[in-house]
Amino acid sequence: MASVALTNLDPASRAAARGWSDLTIRNLFIIPTLIFLIVFNIFPLIYSLGYSFTNFAANRAEPWQFVGLQNYRELLSDDHIWSNFVITAKYVIVSVAGQMIVGFGLALLLNRSFPMKGLITTLLLLPMMMSAAVVGLFWQLLYSPSWGPINYVFGLGDFAWLSNPDSALYAVAITDIWMWSPFVMLLSLAGLSAVPQHLYEAAAIDRAGWWYTFTRITLPLVSPILLIALIFRTMEAFKTFDIAYTMTTQPTAELIAIRLYKQAFQQWDTGKSCALAYIVLIMVLAITNLYVKYLNKVKER
Amino acid sequence: MRKLVTSVLAGIGLALACGTSVRAQDKELTIFWAEWDPANYLQELVNDYTAETGVKVTVQTTPWPDFQTKAFTEFNAHGDAYDMVVGDSQWLGAGSTQGHYVDLTDFFNQHKLGNVMAPATIKYYAEYPGGSGKYWAIPLEGDAIGWSYRKDWFEDPKEKEAFKAKYGYDLAVPTTYAQLRDIAEFFYRPDQKRYGVAIYTDNSYDAMAMGVESAIFSYGGDLGDYATYKVDGITNSKEAAAGLDMYKQLYKFTPPGWGKTFFVEDNQAITGGLAAMSMNFFAFFPPLVNKATNPYADVTGFFANPAGPDGKRFAALGGQGISVVSYSKNKDEAMKFLEWFIKDETQKKWAELGGYTCSQAVLKSEAFQNATPYNKAFYDTMFMVKDFWATPEYAEVLDQLNQNIYPFVVGGKGTAQEALDKTAADWKATFTKYNRYK
Repeated sequence: MASVALTNLDPASRAAARGWSDLTIRNLFIIPTLIFLIVFNIFPLIYSLGYSFTNFAANRAEPWQFVGLQNYRELLSDDHIWSNFVITAKYVIVSVAGQMIVGFGLALLLNRSFPMKGLITTLLLLPMMMSAAVVGLFWQLLYSPSWGPINYVFGLGDFAWLSNPDSALYAVAITDIWMWSPFVMLLSLAGLSAVPQHLYEAAAIDRAGWWYTFTRITLPLVSPILLIALIFRTMEAFKTFDIAYTMTTQPTAELIAIRLYKQAFQQWDTGKSCALAYIVLIMVLAITNLYVKYLNKVKER
Repeated sequence: MRKLVTSVLAGIGLALACGTSVRAQDKELTIFWAEWDPANYLQELVNDYTAETGVKVTVQTTPWPDFQTKAFTEFNAHGDAYDMVVGDSQWLGAGSTQGHYVDLTDFFNQHKLGNVMAPATIKYYAEYPGGSGKYWAIPLEGDAIGWSYRKDWFEDPKEKEAFKAKYGYDLAVPTTYAQLRDIAEFFYRPDQKRYGVAIYTDNSYDAMAMGVESAIFSYGGDLGDYATYKVDGITNSKEAAAGLDMYKQLYKFTPPGWGKTFFVEDNQAITGGLAAMSMNFFAFFPPLVNKATNPYADVTGFFANPAGPDGKRFAALGGQGISVVSYSKNKDEAMKFLEWFIKDETQKKWAELGGYTCSQAVLKSEAFQNATPYNKAFYDTMFMVKDFWATPEYAEVLDQLNQNIYPFVVGGKGTAQEALDKTAADWKATFTKYNRYK
């Protein structure tokens, strides 16, 4: 009966009375979404690919010319851009590794019953619910060498986290870790609660140690979901803009997304910035593909 | 069904008809500017225009870091959201050559504005290319880099004595950059939470460039030949390098964490009792003489940018002119507004409200110069200003300067000469790319 209901309209319904078929109703729901996607995602994507082969500048009235791969060649041989990529790689490694360690650690601590567990879990989730720009501004104050509590608590005197070219990037990464560890924690908690209890009971009967249980039972069973968290966080960290942009203007903390913004909306070098956006997109796709392949392998095990 | 369609169409028709009739009755003008006190003063001023003519004028604002991006996004889309824009002097090149601004040359000549407004403001806020006699804006808000300082620290007899013993001359308002550096060093006492000087270091737009160029100009350097685009040997001259080096020396005496600072932080250095001297644009000085916003208002003094070693004295120009956006649907109405704005009595009222008028007559008047503790310094400064590149690719040029000088000033990497050599090379490549050396 249920399958009949899915394929055939109730003859007594108003839709049937108007002569609408099942297909019409499905299209009514899907077509607006499709149009939206095509107009706002797919069309600009293809259009910008075209721009990336031109010297088009949105603020110039002059006609643009086709320049072939020149934009890509110039970008890939530009030392500044490479240094932006190196900075971004450092940032991704530090911030994602930090989030995985802190997030998974928190999940392990929360994966047991204790009083007010629900409240504490909710409170721990708060950072990721805040706007990234607001988080950036808050942490700028927390790091302030004159009145910021961080230097006071750790006794760091007037160490200038954000004005020091060597520490600015890590200061931003710490903020990102604070903001996004709860996300990893949430996914890890879901993974941990799905581990069958009887495996732990069997391990206990066999007198397996904590470390043995963790590495042989917990980690292998949670790793697929941890990898999903890793994919999401890597992609997000790679394109971080807001936190870093609000916190510091150090060239040593200029992530590729900030360079892209400057090129596109301050210098209006539209063609070249489209090319840079495609380089970033290809890099993110490549990294994500590697992860997905590994994830499939893990799942097969 | 037909009934439904008919009634919907009728409804739409009625709504459109009502909308058009309302628009025809209430003329509106929108002026776009950055979010700061002068924009509020301007809103107060234009309310008079509304009272006189019935035309509603709204001053729409956006925070400084977004100002350029938002304005040019609208220009590039040929949008009519703004009828007039109070644009930065550097925008003149892009605004005029790309067709965003209405040519105001006839208006300028008809009203003989060349004799009405201060010469520097015409040269930098209105004319493009330099010396062409083509005008694109009416000078609206004059501004330049100046300094505030703690009079009580400077006048303390014990400090005076200690200063004289250490440096061999009297502690007073600095007239040269060398003296400014000595005084900054003298008051730099981190253990007492007192620091020597507050300067601009934010490199997300033009803040740091304005601070640095003030020093470079006073040291006899230049950013390049704006007429021929020659940069080799000018941008990276010994004088320019000495000026940049002085700026770097001043950075050593700033409060801790002074790596992303603009007008807010520099004013806080005074209101928070942190620094002996602080650089800022004159337009940001009003809160410093207000006791509600500055507990040290009574003991805060002001001085014009000091001279370099050869006695040359310049300051970076801020300020803006008002231009009519060529995509506006109310251009005629905007021109009528400009006619009202340039009237002597409007300019007088503008100055009274706190705006920095560019009208020579008002600037020279005793009443203006004595109106605030810093107006005299402002008047002196407006005759020794120099500006940044106003070429259409100025944003690219500015970014390259920021990229090269920031690591030297804040990060302590390399030398001033290396930073400027790299800047000259980058600028030459950029100007070559845009065919400036035909």
